Amino acid sequence: MAGSLARTARHHLAALRMLVVFTVITGLAYPLAVTGIAQLAFSHHANGSVIRDGGRPVASSLIGQKFNLPPPKGRTTGAPDPRWFQPRPSAGGYDPAKSGASNLGPNNAGLAKAVTDRRAAVAAFDGVPPSSVPADAITASGSGLDPDISPAYAYEQVNRVAKARAAPPSAVRKLVADHVQGRTLGFLGQEHVNVVALNRALTALK
Amino acid sequence: MPTATAQPPVSKDPLAPNVHRVSGGLLDARQLVTSFPDALRKLDPRTMVRNPVMFVVEVGAVLTTLSAIKDPSVFAWVITAWLWLTAVFANLSEAVAEGRGKAQAETLRRTKTDTMARRLTDGWRPGAPGVVEEEVPAAGLRLGDHVVVEAGQIIPGDGDVVEGVASVDESAITGESAPVIRESGGDRSAVTGGTKVLSDRIVVRITSKPGETFIDRMIALVEGAARQKTPNEIALNILLASLTIIFMVAVVTLQPFAIFAGAEQSIVILVALVVALIPTTIGALLSAIGIAGMDRLVQRNVLAMSGRAVEAAGDVNTLLLDKTGTITLGNRQAAEFLPVSGVEIEELADAAQLSSLADETPEGRSVVVLAKERYALRGRTEGELARAEFVPFTAQTRMSGVDLNSTEDNRSLRKGAATAVMSWVREHGGHPTEEVGPIVDGISASGGTPLVVGEVAWSEGARTARILGVIHLKDVVKQGIRERFDELRRMGIKTVMITGDNPLTARAIAQEAGVDDFLAEATPEDKMALIKREQSGGKLVAMTGDGTNDAPALAQADVGVAMNTGTSAAKEAGNMVDLDSNPTKLIEIVEIGKQLLITRGALTTFSIANDVAKYFAIIPAMFASVYPGLHRLNIMGLHSPTSAISSAIIFNALIIIALIPLALRGVRYRPSSAAALLNRNIVLYGFGGLVLPFVGIKLIDLLIQFIPGLH
Amino acid sequence: MNDTLAGWLQIIALVGALALTFRPLGDHMAHVLTSPRHWRVERLIYRVAGVHADADQQWSAYLRGVLAFAAVSVLFLYAFQRLQNHLLLSIGMKPVAPDLAFNTAASFVTNTNWQNYSGESTMGHLVQMAGLAVQNFVSAAVGIAVVAALIRGFTRKKTDRVGNFWADLTRIVLRVLLPISFVMAIVLVASGVIENFHGIQSITTIAGDHQSITGGPVASQEAIKELGTNGGGFYNANSAHPFENPNPFTNWLEIYLLLVIGFSLPRTFGTMVGDRRQGYAIVAVMALIWASSVAIVTANELHSVSSSVGHTAGGMMEGKEQRFGIWASALFAVSTTLTSCGAVNSFHDSYTPGGGGMTIFNMMLGEIAPGGTGSGLYGILILAVVAVFVAGLMVGRTPEYLGKKLGAREMKFASLYILTTPAIVLVGSGIAMALPGERAAMLNSGAHGFSEVLYAFTSAANNNGSAFAGLSADTVWYNTALGLAMIFGRFLPMVFVLALAGSLARQQPVPVTAGTLPTHRPQFVGLLAAVILIVVGLTYFPALALGPLAEGLH
Repeated sequence: MAGSLARTARHHLAALRMLVVFTVITGLAYPLAVTGIAQLAFSHHANGSVIRDGGRPVASSLIGQKFNLPPPKGRTTGAPDPRWFQPRPSAGGYDPAKSGASNLGPNNAGLAKAVTDRRAAVAAFDGVPPSSVPADAITASGSGLDPDISPAYAYEQVNRVAKARAAPPSAVRKLVADHVQGRTLGFLGQEHVNVVALNRALTALK
Repeated sequence: MPTATAQPPVSKDPLAPNVHRVSGGLLDARQLVTSFPDALRKLDPRTMVRNPVMFVVEVGAVLTTLSAIKDPSVFAWVITAWLWLTAVFANLSEAVAEGRGKAQAETLRRTKTDTMARRLTDGWRPGAPGVVEEEVPAAGLRLGDHVVVEAGQIIPGDGDVVEGVASVDESAITGESAPVIRESGGDRSAVTGGTKVLSDRIVVRITSKPGETFIDRMIALVEGAARQKTPNEIALNILLASLTIIFMVAVVTLQPFAIFAGAEQSIVILVALVVALIPTTIGALLSAIGIAGMDRLVQRNVLAMSGRAVEAAGDVNTLLLDKTGTITLGNRQAAEFLPVSGVEIEELADAAQLSSLADETPEGRSVVVLAKERYALRGRTEGELARAEFVPFTAQTRMSGVDLNSTEDNRSLRKGAATAVMSWVREHGGHPTEEVGPIVDGISASGGTPLVVGEVAWSEGARTARILGVIHLKDVVKQGIRERFDELRRMGIKTVMITGDNPLTARAIAQEAGVDDFLAEATPEDKMALIKREQSGGKLVAMTGDGTNDAPALAQADVGVAMNTGTSAAKEAGNMVDLDSNPTKLIEIVEIGKQLLITRGALTTFSIANDVAKYFAIIPAMFASVYPGLHRLNIMGLHSPTSAISSAIIFNALIIIALIPLALRGVRYRPSSAAALLNRNIVLYGFGGLVLPFVGIKLIDLLIQFIPGLH
Repeated sequence: MNDTLAGWLQIIALVGALALTFRPLGDHMAHVLTSPRHWRVERLIYRVAGVHADADQQWSAYLRGVLAFAAVSVLFLYAFQRLQNHLLLSIGMKPVAPDLAFNTAASFVTNTNWQNYSGESTMGHLVQMAGLAVQNFVSAAVGIAVVAALIRGFTRKKTDRVGNFWADLTRIVLRVLLPISFVMAIVLVASGVIENFHGIQSITTIAGDHQSITGGPVASQEAIKELGTNGGGFYNANSAHPFENPNPFTNWLEIYLLLVIGFSLPRTFGTMVGDRRQGYAIVAVMALIWASSVAIVTANELHSVSSSVGHTAGGMMEGKEQRFGIWASALFAVSTTLTSCGAVNSFHDSYTPGGGGMTIFNMMLGEIAPGGTGSGLYGILILAVVAVFVAGLMVGRTPEYLGKKLGAREMKFASLYILTTPAIVLVGSGIAMALPGERAAMLNSGAHGFSEVLYAFTSAANNNGSAFAGLSADTVWYNTALGLAMIFGRFLPMVFVLALAGSLARQQPVPVTAGTLPTHRPQFVGLLAAVILIVVGLTYFPALALGPLAEGLH
């Protein structure tokens, strides 16, 4: 009994030592080595593809942002700001500390109603018929941080943005066209427009 | 008596020939009825628990009975009744299978009379003078006792003849009415208790304990009393039990899901679902399949000492076959006449026939027959030829022949071994031609036996002695045996011919018969070595044997079939005994083994495939009320939830009855490659099992929807 | 180029890439598992840890190694989380609650990586990289080690030894997982995945709002997360998060990585048993199931009108990322649920009933097409044993697979294996549905709500780790129940697999003849696929009828 207990203990001690060894190799050496190389060779990407405005970080080009008006008193979220291209709805309000999806089911009555409401709101906001509002504009992304919208949704917003900014629609349209990213290698993923990059470019449009 | 089969019992004589021949596979209603009481007896839970699948059915039936009493409805009682029937049908299949064995056991038991034995007192030795006998009941005999048996007496127990020779009637166990000779020493010394000495007096040393004689074991075997689950049966049972557990878990846990969905299910429905899903078909028939497999062997007069041996027969990779009797007909036969130059073939044929008329050996007779069939030479009887003196064959002269002393035909003819006949010709002043040597050598090389025919003729005082030609005797390979071996090869079984012949002869016969390999000049040690060599490569070996010196090899072989004519040592060592002592049976035994396994696999596949249709009947019936979309799963368009569930359960019970004949007969087996067999069986039992219940359940539903309480 | 063509092309490119690496990777792993030579660094590790890597172990000793390693791993990881606030790089994270810490420890040690927490708000960098990611390596390696023992059971004869666990574990980490992860982590960084030790960085956004940008050693963890079919995301959004999966190329690469070992192991198997055709047959079954599932899920997601939300929105984009779209999301969803990976680039809870139901069914298949690293292969080999048992009888022999007889002992272990996971899934879900408090954890109602619970237990017991994430499972009950489901779902099957390996190794192999059931032909591929579908289908049909089927048929 005591012998077998001692054997078991020895066995587990060996296992623990193996775990410690692997922790050192795969848990410390490996990530440190990768980080070292990453920071040296790909520091922009490794640090989050941050966009700076005069040295001040204003965004990560990978992380979507809200483009809302300042919230009215007593509220936390403001209304969408017509001067900006609007991103997709987000379950976490584009807070990187709360990434995630709505997880509402495909026949969830509440979600179906929300989608209908959003369609009406977007149509009214952009001044387009409800039927032309694309699906990505009224459904929440998986990450809640999706920086992209479909080209269709981007073009749909052109007139509203141009009007709010008193800019020529053609210039805004051209800006959108410049920001449409095709499929990677021609066939991976789908076409998208990075709203963060587009809006950043918009600030330069005078 | 040949059990209750379709043919009415014709003979009341237990010693009638072919007493064990039972027509296979047929099943009539009477057999079901007579087995019914047995089937009910088997409902005893202590018996049922040995079959986990059917035990679950029985427990389910008890539950639904209680539920139906508490909460009576037509539906509840219909389900309850059919659940009980399911359990009864399962027992029925087993009872029917056992019933056949029981009938056979009856005939055997009748031969076991209360024999008295004449025991010789201790210290008796063969040949010892001053024999002292005492009368004891057969049951009181011990191992090593010596008993004396005389004409007309029944041999009191299994043993070996140690003194004397006797003819023995063994029809009680073999069904063969012709008496056999049993003598001390050699391979024909074994006698079986219950058989009858017809002539002479023998002394037998008892080799079995009381109650463990060959007949006792036969009775136990055919009755299934000694039946133990075979390894493969156990493995299959484990799989079936685990499927049963999975389905029980699936159904038990379904209740909380159903309650959440707002469709709580009654006990009756849940039990019905469990019974429909668990593999009842194979569970019910599994033991019947095993019993029937043994039974099919018994019908071919082969007794398997264990089910394990029958299974092993299906797995055999290598068959060791004795040449004589299995591959070739028992004796060599004249195949052609080869005259030397200057001799007409008809002349040789005539001389050969004349010289063989007095030769009563099978070889001699075959010469007469060949001459008659091919050259229309009528066989002449001894009296027919005037003044002919026949010279019979002796071991010294190694010749047989005839001396014709008539005036018109005065000559001597001799036929025999080449050297003997040639020296006989030389003695009479002749000179054998040079041709003879090559002909003789050629025949020997091809595996045949040459017999030379010589003639000495007296004509007008002159004497001429010459060789007429050669008779080619050869082993005649049984018709169709080559095809049989081709089949075996396709099944992946290697055949090895065992013979005492020299390698030259053996090779020739092996080639002609198409066996894969041969063992020439085989000694028991060679056989043993061959078996071990094959087994060391993981192969399973089957062989037949009869002599005491075969015993070690029989024991070593995975399937050892002892000939009933053999010694008791051989019979002890083997795991099967062929009562007909026909070595060709080995091939049939392999096929029966395979058939048994295929039947198991096919019905398992069928049983599991059945479940698909049952789901489509039961699941919509359970839940379409709360999720109307599930109505779309009711692809059979069943009348109502209650009729759907009832139909599934009724189908489930009836399919057992419907498949009893198949279980007893075994699925059809045609030797072919594994891939081809699998294709056929999957199509038949897999797809068949998938489709058939859709049709069956629908038909039952069409009928029972008119029952008032079921809608 | 239209969506359909692009969708097909990315699938074809994926299959092509997998086919290209099938041989070299498969053969490399076979070499790693059979080579008699230790590397110098490996010998050093054995010396430091004090293990005898040359001792050929009995199955029971091998199993003791697996279990001891798992036990210390769970305790170590538990303590790590509980004490993280005292350690470096905690970036202000508090100790993890006891029940959640247990659940997470069980989850990562079992290669499940079910996450009842959000990485970005729960775990410090040190726990992520030196605790969780370490298990990503070793739990994957344990799976491969166990299947290596099983393969040795088939190849060896008349021995009770199945290899050395410590040597297998070390070699797989050092020679397979680490080098590939290292290269792929660099590729991922170069493609945009982050790799730093920053804490939370507050920025003022373009529109003048505030946003907290998170940091972390993500790429190094991402590579092994996919390669080892672990699936535990650095962030809550997992591979939908742009920092973990920034663009369609990384997405494609991640799918490739999570499939590559599973699909290459059959080559390892074929090479080790000395008959590559056996491996081709197994990989064919895996590919058949995978391809069918891709077709079914993609078709369902494209057919948006099959659900009310899809119908209203005009497309099934809820829970999916714009840069990936339907095709790449469906491809990821199928691959991740068929591999026990459980990483997600889109949220299955919002899939159509048909698509989401299929992801549940994928996991119910037992994670075998191609399944988790190692576990997928041993899972499908067990099912092959069952298929051979029934089919083998139908050719008139007592069944044998790869020359080994399948007798009562072998069937006992195979049966227990196929029994274990369904029992855990159904009993777990059954208890959860019987308890009112636990039912309330559902986000959605009705049949879809039930699917969330069913998904949770299916995912846990099959060590997948993905979720119908609407279920609020961070409760003491779910943390405990799912933790136990993961542990039993991982280690009980391993016990049976190793016992089977021991039993097979003891046998003298039976020679192959024309009478032997051929297990390398299309016939067997079809048979095995059918057995898998029927056995799983029959087991779970009632539960599925009340979940996805009830929701989808209307």
